[in-house]
Amino acid sequence: MTVTPKRLRAPEDLTVLRQSLVDRTDDRKPRIAVCGDTGCAVCGSLGLASSFKEIIERRGLKDRVGLKVTGCLGFCEQGPVVLVFPGEIFYRKVGPGDVEEIIDRTVLGGELVERLLYRDPITGQKLPRCSDLPFYKNQTRVLLEGNWRIDPNDIYDYIARGGYSAVAKALYEMTPEDVISEVKEARLRGRGGAGFPTGLKWEICRKTKGDTKYVVCNADEGDPGAFMDRSLLEGNPHSVLEGMIIAGIGIGARHGVIYVRAEYPTAVVKIRNAIEQASELGLLGENILGSDFSFDVTISKGAGAFVCGEETALLLSAEGKVGEPRQKPPFPAEKGYKGKPTVINNVETFANVPLIIKNGAAEYRRVGTEKSGGTKIFCLVGKVNNTGLVEVPLGITLREIIFGIGGGIKNGKRFKAVQTGGPSGGCLPEQMLDLKVDFEELSRAGSIMGSGGMIVMDEDTCVVDIARYFLQFLKSESCGKCFSCREGINRMLEIVEGIAAGEGSPEDLDLLEELACAVKDASMCGLGQTSANPVLSTLRYFRDEYLAHVELKKCPAAVCRALIRFQIDENLCTGCGICRKECPAEAIEGERRKPHTIDPNRCMKCGVCMEVCKFGAITKS
Amino acid sequence: MVNMLLNGLQVSVDEGMTVLEAAKFFGINIPTLCYNEGLTPYGACRLCLVEIGEPGRSKLVTSCTYPVGEGLIVRTHSERVVKTRKLLIELYLATCPSSKVIQDLASEHHVTRVRFRPRDEKCILCGLCVRMCAEQMQGKAIGFARRGVDRKVTTPFDRKSEECRLCGGCMYICPACQARCQGPREEKPICNACLNLSQPCLDYFDDAMCFMDPCVACELNSGRTPKSERRNNP
Repeated sequence: MTVTPKRLRAPEDLTVLRQSLVDRTDDRKPRIAVCGDTGCAVCGSLGLASSFKEIIERRGLKDRVGLKVTGCLGFCEQGPVVLVFPGEIFYRKVGPGDVEEIIDRTVLGGELVERLLYRDPITGQKLPRCSDLPFYKNQTRVLLEGNWRIDPNDIYDYIARGGYSAVAKALYEMTPEDVISEVKEARLRGRGGAGFPTGLKWEICRKTKGDTKYVVCNADEGDPGAFMDRSLLEGNPHSVLEGMIIAGIGIGARHGVIYVRAEYPTAVVKIRNAIEQASELGLLGENILGSDFSFDVTISKGAGAFVCGEETALLLSAEGKVGEPRQKPPFPAEKGYKGKPTVINNVETFANVPLIIKNGAAEYRRVGTEKSGGTKIFCLVGKVNNTGLVEVPLGITLREIIFGIGGGIKNGKRFKAVQTGGPSGGCLPEQMLDLKVDFEELSRAGSIMGSGGMIVMDEDTCVVDIARYFLQFLKSESCGKCFSCREGINRMLEIVEGIAAGEGSPEDLDLLEELACAVKDASMCGLGQTSANPVLSTLRYFRDEYLAHVELKKCPAAVCRALIRFQIDENLCTGCGICRKECPAEAIEGERRKPHTIDPNRCMKCGVCMEVCKFGAITKS
Repeated sequence: MVNMLLNGLQVSVDEGMTVLEAAKFFGINIPTLCYNEGLTPYGACRLCLVEIGEPGRSKLVTSCTYPVGEGLIVRTHSERVVKTRKLLIELYLATCPSSKVIQDLASEHHVTRVRFRPRDEKCILCGLCVRMCAEQMQGKAIGFARRGVDRKVTTPFDRKSEECRLCGGCMYICPACQARCQGPREEKPICNACLNLSQPCLDYFDDAMCFMDPCVACELNSGRTPKSERRNNP
């Protein structure tokens, strides 16, 4: 929308602006939303968007058809995703050749393009609307709602949908104490992983004496396979800014800092753009909306250390010092950024705040559990049919997420485990699928909520291998300051590698458990304290599999290379010789048209023979 | 003054003290490696762990950094603390077996076995030298570089630093390199290791670290060629 920016000097100005924007929008006008987020962008969605634009312009449809490049629409599995409004028609895997047809048939003609529709894998039915898709139907999209409708580069889009009205309300209708008690009442808990009550954190910071206070947004999302925060920043950056301003009002801070990882260049551009637009309208800067409250936001870019997601390390890094955690107390609420009282919250936590203030705590708490209100965004990845960004109410079961929304396991395999909370979370087995997802339940089961990564594993996954993978990640990301984390993770990895190599003994399992408990108890920061979770949870739920590795020297999932053997079934082998040709180790011998054999001493267990065999004659065990 | 419960005893201590200082004041021995009275507490060696809070909801914290507070409940030698501490000492022993300080800690705390594969690290990264240089000597010549298992103490860019005034403070305070136990010799039934101490810094801290020229350690240990001579006559 083109509007000349005019500084808003009173809350009424904001209302007038919103009304004029709403009056100008016509809901019946066809609109196309192309997902411009990373998952779809790598599949070519940005090219799609420009050809949509080009065709619309060439055919003079500019006034009749709207086009938006939005943030993540969620269903990354099916990208590039295109939505057509009105009607929320969902087109998947759209190619450049489909653009013209979508415009002609759907946008102008009002018919569906059958072949681009999502087909339900169970019923085989074609489902045209988002609200019909099981992936969307079973979600509660409150935070991500904006991603569908808002152009993240346009502040007017956000304002038209009620944006920044929470700031006006907090400034003119509430006292700072009211703001804090409303957030407390909403039972909002930190979405970064630990689940500390946000309102309480703000209250402590408000009560700490000091003239300068800071609000810091933690956007250093480093978990492998997690992209919730990025999707919010790229899809709806103003909601995060609005949350930060409200936090500033609550605790009495004048300055905000967004610490974002440099690996998220698009997010950085979008936030910078959002800050500029908000400043132009007087929603950031001196005397916001004509009040005596002033607030500014700066961006600080991280240099790519996982440990900088830990709050004390993040604050030091944002100050330009070495990003290493320090021992708490004092907590950041007392002594944080530049030694001043600081509230530090995660991106998703801030995005929740405007909803609470705008609609009230009671409305917000209608979703969620007794102890924690609201929804949580998860990144559902791994061996699950529908991967993507899902938003669900807290208290939903794992089964509903993985089977209801995720559509079950890929290729009809069996479910084995799900890891919640990124590399330092735990692996939960099938019998825990009916566990309710909230902070307490997950931690009782030996995992953590974390920032919301959810990795699904099938029967072909070896838990020892999984523990090894995550320990390797944590070993390279540990800052090395405290001994128990640096050396503890290193030694846990040493033991697990030994087990995977078939050199483990049953005593190793006891030592591993003892060491993991010590690392959990003794480490300085969250990284070290949770680093033992992958080990402890797999030992707790899959001890049999560890025992098979150390006692029988077998890997039940046939993953650990040192413990598996490739064999050729004589009855199935036709002697075609393709495996012999492809084997890089020249370990396969045999005459033409006669069953071949594998020399186990030369076999390097790469699995190429199994892949190339057309007769399924090669098996591994 | 604040009142707290220290190992079941009601004690009252000055406000602003750390738990470690309070325990020391009452004669309770808590082992440390990275702590020194004259330097800022760092909390890296994790040996000074104590258990705080009500049983059932307690947690382990480093006593060198934790401030005393009204009503604080501290247990310095609970089962959980002792178990964790012993495992940490076992880890130290497996990582840096030739440090006399660590060997002494092990015997003091009855650590009699090492179940991890032994390695011979020269430095335990306690950071005493870095803080000594910065805080007591106003030097800031050395610091940490890299992270995780690759972390090391060094000068900027591993070059001889102009900030270094060759005061030797870093060597004076180092628990790992002052005196190294060479361990029992196979052919001798008696260890005698404490008579066999020698300085390892010459090999390890060659260009980057040892700015003492002539090196104090080399002077003391007449069995070795002073560094300056070694450099000239390889």
